[in-house]
Amino acid sequence: MKATCWMGKKKVEVRDVPDPQILNQRDAIVRITSTAICGSDLHLYNGFNPTMERGDILGHEFMGEVMEVGRGVKNLKVGDRVVVPFPIACGNCNACKAEAYSLCENSNPNAWLSEKMLGHPVCGIFGYSHLTGGYAGGQAEFARVPFADVGPLKIENGFTDEQVLFLSDILPTGYMGAEMCDIQAGDVIAVWGAGPVGLFAIKSAQLLGAERVIAIDRFPYRLDMARDRAGATDVINYEEVDSVLETLKELTGGRGPDKCIDAVGMEAHSPGLQYAYDRTKQAMMLESDRPIALREAIMACRSGGTVSVIGVYSGFIDKFPAGALMNRSITIKSGQCHVQRYMKPLLERIRRGEIDPTMVITHTMPLHDAPKGYDIFNRKQDNCEKVVLKA
Amino acid sequence: MGITNGTTNRAYEPGSEGSTAGAGGRGRRGNGLASEGERHQGRAQGEGLATALGWFSIGLGLAQLTAPGGVASLVGAGDGGDNRRLMRGLGMREIASGIGILTKPQPAEWMWARVAGDVMDLALLGATLRSGDARRGRTVAATAAVLGVAALDYYAAQRLSRGGAAERGIRVRKSITVNRPAEEVYGFWRDFENLPRFMRHLESVETTGEGRSHWKAKGPAGTAIEWDAETTEDRPNELIAWRSVEGADVDNDGVVRFTPAAGGRGTEVHVELNYEPPAGKLGAMVAKLFGEEPSGQVTDDLRRFKQVLETGEVVYSDASLHRGMHAAQPPKERQFPRDDSEPRLVADRSAAAAASTTSNLDRSSTTARSGHGEARA
Repeated sequence: MKATCWMGKKKVEVRDVPDPQILNQRDAIVRITSTAICGSDLHLYNGFNPTMERGDILGHEFMGEVMEVGRGVKNLKVGDRVVVPFPIACGNCNACKAEAYSLCENSNPNAWLSEKMLGHPVCGIFGYSHLTGGYAGGQAEFARVPFADVGPLKIENGFTDEQVLFLSDILPTGYMGAEMCDIQAGDVIAVWGAGPVGLFAIKSAQLLGAERVIAIDRFPYRLDMARDRAGATDVINYEEVDSVLETLKELTGGRGPDKCIDAVGMEAHSPGLQYAYDRTKQAMMLESDRPIALREAIMACRSGGTVSVIGVYSGFIDKFPAGALMNRSITIKSGQCHVQRYMKPLLERIRRGEIDPTMVITHTMPLHDAPKGYDIFNRKQDNCEKVVLKA
Repeated sequence: MGITNGTTNRAYEPGSEGSTAGAGGRGRRGNGLASEGERHQGRAQGEGLATALGWFSIGLGLAQLTAPGGVASLVGAGDGGDNRRLMRGLGMREIASGIGILTKPQPAEWMWARVAGDVMDLALLGATLRSGDARRGRTVAATAAVLGVAALDYYAAQRLSRGGAAERGIRVRKSITVNRPAEEVYGFWRDFENLPRFMRHLESVETTGEGRSHWKAKGPAGTAIEWDAETTEDRPNELIAWRSVEGADVDNDGVVRFTPAAGGRGTEVHVELNYEPPAGKLGAMVAKLFGEEPSGQVTDDLRRFKQVLETGEVVYSDASLHRGMHAAQPPKERQFPRDDSEPRLVADRSAAAAASTTSNLDRSSTTARSGHGEARA
């Protein structure tokens, strides 16, 4: 089959690889109809994960048709249309029982590696380096889906692929980012990052009752999408204002936003010295992540507020504002999204017309154009927000 | 769930099992060992010397880093760029050893690392002597000095290793929590023939009757290891203890304890394993270099044990099927034979794909499909 393979820094190729097989009894094989490129794929593309191996198949947002099921799968049959969540979860361990699916204790065969780097093992993830198990990803024609009786969500007719594809990752992630804020009536929410996850966080914050949602980014086309499609009430272009902190204070009568969402993560950017500092430290391998958005969110947040972190980080950061955190009673909530928890409720919201996930799509192309998709997505060319690949 | 009456968490009370069979293993090989007091005294002397050697390492390392040319000249080697680079590298190694010795609570391993470093230094000095440069006198003096320091390092390492908990062997303690009741967890472990399912280095275990079993394992560098073991204590749902019988390839003993996990989270499995590595401590260090690290292996084995008990099988990813690093792609060869004895929902991939293609034609605008041989209605 054809699959998008990581061949090195900023290098992906669509290559011929063997078809997937059933390896465990609770596996299913899915023929992929639609898949997408994620912002976190860009961290792999840009060479920030040292556990990538040349030839790794990428992709963790995919859906399609069940082709084959292992003996242990009772709830799916051949022909079922499914969306597959990106965390691989067994359903039997204590973490899965507590619905913390991205903390599954059994699904990562390379648990020792993630334990070394992160303190404890994390779940397996499709197409996301050997740190998360070395599973082949879903930017391909077929994929092997472990624990198919736990993860995949069955979709009935009446939805296009584009309407439900993002239940695999970015829609639940944005939603969880907003949910972790514990939004109260009257809350002002600030969202750093108007990428697809940021847009879904903005929309979710609105649905969960925020009075105002402020989007922060530097690309005018993304800020437009935040306002026109996702429902942001205010936007800040951080390259056009002197200080994001001051602007946020102006917008909130000096208080600062009640809750802040970091939908940017480790490849943050800013004009000026902070970026130069972090970028240099990264190049010298003295710092693995650039926490620019995170620092700003903590400093900007209203005292006693919550900073919700859904942007992906992988290692260690420098100059963390611990003083601000402690002295001003800031709560940080974070996590890789426990997608399985949110898929059904969010499908309901889509059905009722409360969210239109297709609002983030700007580019659709065939699977064999994946390298081009990565390039324009990475460089934010051609007003690119989200690339969908059709297999 | 699995809470047994009267069980206290004895995982951290050595020798409290009360069995004269010596399930814990320590002191079992009591012949010829120094008394408790003598061991402590020896250790304290070792520690003083170790501290001095630690500071010596740091001082030397700093000199090598900041004045590499000078140090190279001092030992009679040339002053060139290559030697300076090498000297700086050696300096970093010295500083690392020094920090290890001074900061770690169990510095014995770092002291052995110093010994290894001294061997390396002697080799380098030997090469310098053979290379025929002018300062032979200095090099000879440096070699004598390193020999002296090496002797001190070795002595200190010996002292530090004695009196520690792991006398001559390796000791591994690891635990994991399994979300199953103690009866199930104990029962699975108790049937020793299950163990190779999750213990990667075990080839097979055979019960040979009356609390005895025969074990075969893969050793480092492709060797094969065999031994007989006897179960020294067996408390259902609580504890299993075993030890190898005389004449084993590798002396070993261990105990696995099952205790209820707090909050009804299942069963905690605590493994304690003691064994004498085939080539002694130095052999173990070499094995570590090649990625064979016992506590890591035990942890991975326990993880697979948990997978089997909680999900029914050892969990595979496309890359983890293979030993060593491998691209995350599906395997080329068929991995497991199809089991046709049970009904299975399997579709011939090509047929299903063709059927879907046909239904796509229904939905979207028709595109002429050039014949693929057999046309499907």
